[in-house]
Amino acid sequence: MARYLLTVLLLIPAIPLFSQDIEVIGIDRLEEELNKQSDTVYVYNFWATWCKPCTEEMPDLLKVEKEYTNHKMKLILVSLDMPSQKDTRLAKFIKEYNISSEVLLLDEPDFNRWIPMVDDSWTGSIPATLIHAPGKGYRKFHEGMISYTELKSHIQSLIQ
Amino acid sequence: MKSLLTIVFSLILSSTLMSQGYEVGDYATDFKLRNIDGEYVSLKDHQDAKGFIVIFTTNHCPYAIAWEDRIIALDKMFKNKGFPVIAINPNSAEAYPADSFEKMIERAEEKGFTFPYLHDEKQEIYKIYGATKTPHVYILKKEQDKLKVSYIGAIDNNYRDAEQADEHYVQDAVNNLLAGREPDPDFTRAIGCGIK
Repeated sequence: MARYLLTVLLLIPAIPLFSQDIEVIGIDRLEEELNKQSDTVYVYNFWATWCKPCTEEMPDLLKVEKEYTNHKMKLILVSLDMPSQKDTRLAKFIKEYNISSEVLLLDEPDFNRWIPMVDDSWTGSIPATLIHAPGKGYRKFHEGMISYTELKSHIQSLIQ
Repeated sequence: MKSLLTIVFSLILSSTLMSQGYEVGDYATDFKLRNIDGEYVSLKDHQDAKGFIVIFTTNHCPYAIAWEDRIIALDKMFKNKGFPVIAINPNSAEAYPADSFEKMIERAEEKGFTFPYLHDEKQEIYKIYGATKTPHVYILKKEQDKLKVSYIGAIDNNYRDAEQADEHYVQDAVNNLLAGREPDPDFTRAIGCGIK
């Protein structure tokens, strides 16, 4: 019993400070992610904490996510923050905005290797959003801020 | 009535064309923008230049900052060869207080910019060029009195570490132009901070 307690006590510091895990990914994992086969509607938002229009649109994205909680819709936030700021700036932002969505930090400094994979028309400005419904063969890319109404209309047409 | 419609349509058409910005091969417009020393700068002032490395950049953007030293290095490398760097800050100081004209002066002094750092006060030039983020490079080549867009894109292929970059897009593009060749690639992409 004492040994059991000791083990538990020793494990406590290993519990992360924030409940939200941020997975650091590379190009292979991104490719896998973008080619998932499922009947879910995926909304990938490419953003960073230092990007003002990105943080401005974040509440709208979270609101849409919340409205579709009971549907097969998933918001995935692909952060382009510097990996060195993962546990500081990024973690703080996630906590502040009460984000429970999946957050992936893309650690890939050679942009030309992966930007065209997301969409060929993307020049690289953020925010950018990809709506992907593999089950319906639907793929819609939007460079720049996306409005609550526009995002919702895309999702609504895919969720019936 | 018919002519009015024509005017309306051509206005719509020209505004769509403008919002799309330049592609490689297009001819770029000159501008007259205020430099950090208070003087107004136009490309036509540089009679001896063979072309320009026009870079839309900012004070606040981490990517712009990451590439800043390399922007200075490019100017030092190519100014005397006829391709000076012309930096333009397209952001509104209201959206980004760190990008105000006063802060631009401070940043340029801190870093020892060797090139003009211009303020796109009316936010018109970046739209005509089609810059969407910072840093965003347009290499222009002089052809008689015209400026041909010869390269659009990123500085190199590693924002984080200059040593790790193994594709030096802008440097190679200018070297090609100086040797009478076309840049290859003439278009690359990069993540940057959206202009606001």
